[in-house]
Amino acid sequence: MMQRVRTQPFLRLATGALAVASFALIFLMLLFLLAYAYPAIRFNGIGFLTSLTWNIGNQYASGTVTRGGFTGQVGASFGALVFICGTVLSSFLAMIAAVPFSLLVAIAIVYRVPPFLKPLTNAVVELMAGVPSVIYGLWGMIVLVPFIGNKLSPSGNGNGLLAATIILALMVVPIMVATTRDVVQAQSTAIYEASMALGSTSWQAVTRAVLPSVRNGIAGSVLLAFGRALGETMAVLMVCGAAINTLPQSIFSPINTIAAVIVSQLESALTDASGMAQRSLGELALALFLITLIVNGVARVILRGGDRTSMVA
Amino acid sequence: MSARAISRLSSHLWWGVSIGALGVIIAVLLAIFVFVFAHGVAALRPQLFTTVTTGIAGGLENAIAGTLLLVSIGIVLAAIVGIGTALWVVEYAPVWAARAVRYMIDVLAGVPSIVVGYFLYVALVEGLGWGFSLIAGAFSLAIFVLPYVERAADIALTSVPTHLREGSVALGARQAVTIFSIDLPYAMPGILTGLLVAVGIGLGETAPLIYTAGWSNYMPTLAPTHSPVGYLTYVVWTYISQPFAASHALAYAAATLLMLFVFATNLFARSFVEYRYNRGRR
Repeated sequence: MMQRVRTQPFLRLATGALAVASFALIFLMLLFLLAYAYPAIRFNGIGFLTSLTWNIGNQYASGTVTRGGFTGQVGASFGALVFICGTVLSSFLAMIAAVPFSLLVAIAIVYRVPPFLKPLTNAVVELMAGVPSVIYGLWGMIVLVPFIGNKLSPSGNGNGLLAATIILALMVVPIMVATTRDVVQAQSTAIYEASMALGSTSWQAVTRAVLPSVRNGIAGSVLLAFGRALGETMAVLMVCGAAINTLPQSIFSPINTIAAVIVSQLESALTDASGMAQRSLGELALALFLITLIVNGVARVILRGGDRTSMVA
Repeated sequence: MSARAISRLSSHLWWGVSIGALGVIIAVLLAIFVFVFAHGVAALRPQLFTTVTTGIAGGLENAIAGTLLLVSIGIVLAAIVGIGTALWVVEYAPVWAARAVRYMIDVLAGVPSIVVGYFLYVALVEGLGWGFSLIAGAFSLAIFVLPYVERAADIALTSVPTHLREGSVALGARQAVTIFSIDLPYAMPGILTGLLVAVGIGLGETAPLIYTAGWSNYMPTLAPTHSPVGYLTYVVWTYISQPFAASHALAYAAATLLMLFVFATNLFARSFVEYRYNRGRR
């Protein structure tokens, strides 16, 4: 070690500095968002988590209100409950649909697609993972939302929880398929063959012997996909119905998610003379950051044993 | 029917369901493909490439130029940091440090792009007062694709056979020489694959750019700060919501170009993967 330091200090130091920068990035982001959102955290208090009302306040009122030592416009209220519910609900429902579906696709690719077709199915999965989020949103707006509005929804409104759930499910399926496919493929064939030798059918061998043996890997990839769904922005923004101040009553109700609100409320927040609306959006970003950090942090601990081969997740 | 026959039958049925599910995702991909191209090809006119966007329609020259500029600068930044990090992790780092850096980079891959965008809005656009700008937009793309670049380079460098490294050291080469003449050339296909995948991801990003690059109807000025930049994904998002047929046509044209760019880079990247895979087998 000491000899290396003496002979190639430059390359070692330069790459080391870059590695430290990569390592520190998340902490830096956390620090900046926390410092920026601190006035909003004090101003909003616990109401941020419990209130349904998002209102930047009366910009023409004389005077301001001060809470927690920080000032906002009269009537300002920054409650994120609607957005937190929308985020968790749409992602959770999407996972309920996507997880069994992705497992079916993954085992079909590993056990039933003939080798000469595998490059093709793999290309389909990776292209689907590569479709930009605005394209999913565009398709959702023009094809899916009118379909839900005309054929399914009693109110005739297609924008909402169901549309967001379907789009999110479509977007996480290729990610889950790719990761579970790799996990199943990496498992030794001995388990499958032992199960077959004991007289099980090929379906029983896969679902009762192979899949249980890789449940950690599957749990990790489910969490990774859940993290993706929680943070998805543009596609959800385009089909969610932009609910504000009201919780969803049914699967057809308009909803809103934290990520979508951060984009859709930008222009409105910039008009807030006190700046509290912008800082409250910062608090939303911080909340989303913390939620996804926990989900991803746990997922990566579970997946730590596995090798890092997948290019899409 | 015997219990054995029922198991056999249900096995066949379930495999049928499973292959049906694979058919569904192929159908969805085809449906999105056909949907975008059916609307978009009619809207692709040569003038799109030579005029800028206006209030309700116009061309895409500014958005195409902006997207290509943002992605190229972003990828160069991500390549420097990502490949550098991977080199340190593989060549120099003690085991515990390598593990810590890899873990944080994997977690970074799961940070929502809008959070990256808001962070840079706070730090650069407002904090340093750069305003909506080319450099802030490029930074947001760089941070977002960094994990993909680092991971690809990391895997590629790790897969360099030990006997090649040892041969180089045994001939008296210094470590820096080994890195530049053995490790990096051997790992190059894997590193390039990662960069291409990153280009594909960068091309399709929207959320972080709204907060960092802003939007502009004019051609990018190349000024690093205080000059917002247009990009294709923004056109898809905003022009489809306008109540004019001409706006919709522009959104579909932008969507078609995006799909073409993204699919071309993905297929190109896959051909590198196949190349690497085949070389490994020989």
